[in-house]
Amino acid sequence: MTLAKWKVGIVSCSGEEIPEGTISRIATRLVLEKLRPEETVTICLPLFLAGGEGERTFAKLFPTITVDGCEKGCAKIGTEKYSGKPFATVVVSDVLKKCPTLTLKSRDKLSAEEYEFAEKVAEEIAEKVDEALRRQNEQLRSEKH
Amino acid sequence: MPKDECIVIIPCSGIGKSLGTIGRKATYEIVDRLCPKNTRTTCLALVTMGDQETLKMIKENPCITIDGCPSKCAQKNVEASNGRLIRSFLVTDTLRNHRNLKPDGIIELNAEGLKLANALAEEVAKTVDEISGGKS
Repeated sequence: MTLAKWKVGIVSCSGEEIPEGTISRIATRLVLEKLRPEETVTICLPLFLAGGEGERTFAKLFPTITVDGCEKGCAKIGTEKYSGKPFATVVVSDVLKKCPTLTLKSRDKLSAEEYEFAEKVAEEIAEKVDEALRRQNEQLRSEKH
Repeated sequence: MPKDECIVIIPCSGIGKSLGTIGRKATYEIVDRLCPKNTRTTCLALVTMGDQETLKMIKENPCITIDGCPSKCAQKNVEASNGRLIRSFLVTDTLRNHRNLKPDGIIELNAEGLKLANALAEEVAKTVDEISGGKS
């Protein structure tokens, strides 16, 4: 099994100003701590953008998934600029459109409903992690043959 | 401080460590509860990405940064963007003054992490009061 050899980098926006940013960060942490702890790492976005060489090199060599709170897409744009096209992107405000009854209010302590939504976003990220690893394995297999 | 100015509190994103969560928690404590009238926050990533509206805001208003670790991403990014940085705080400095506290958790801080965040928020709020003449 080669899955664990590859890591997927999750690049979350910092999003301190808006509730969607808090959802991005918490969903990212849920993937890292609970859903795919062996397969993922995270990258501190401002460090990455400000020239963190380790972060940039990692993102060049390994697949990345960007998680943005809003349509400004700082994580996606930054990753594309400094390391290459991310494998996949998740935008919280887009996922929110699938939950028309939910209004995000808190950027500090999430309500039970908001936390449930963060879990939903985390599941979407985790699906993309699996897809990224599947692709990596297929690529490795085809290179061996 | 002129009436139309607002102090911008900018924490690091610090997604990998408890100390980053403490910086953000302290920021929300300041802007939402301790000094809601004359402070606000913004996304550090917008500063770093050079968002024009955000850059204008940090150049026109006094800024206070709160960093989780000595990489000081928030401070360095505000300086590099020519923001009006008037004071920078480091969570590890506050931790040094509260050695009995052992913060833990990133998604959710433990009780000691929350205490540390509150202590830091009080420290920053004092600076806000000094700058704004106690009008928070």
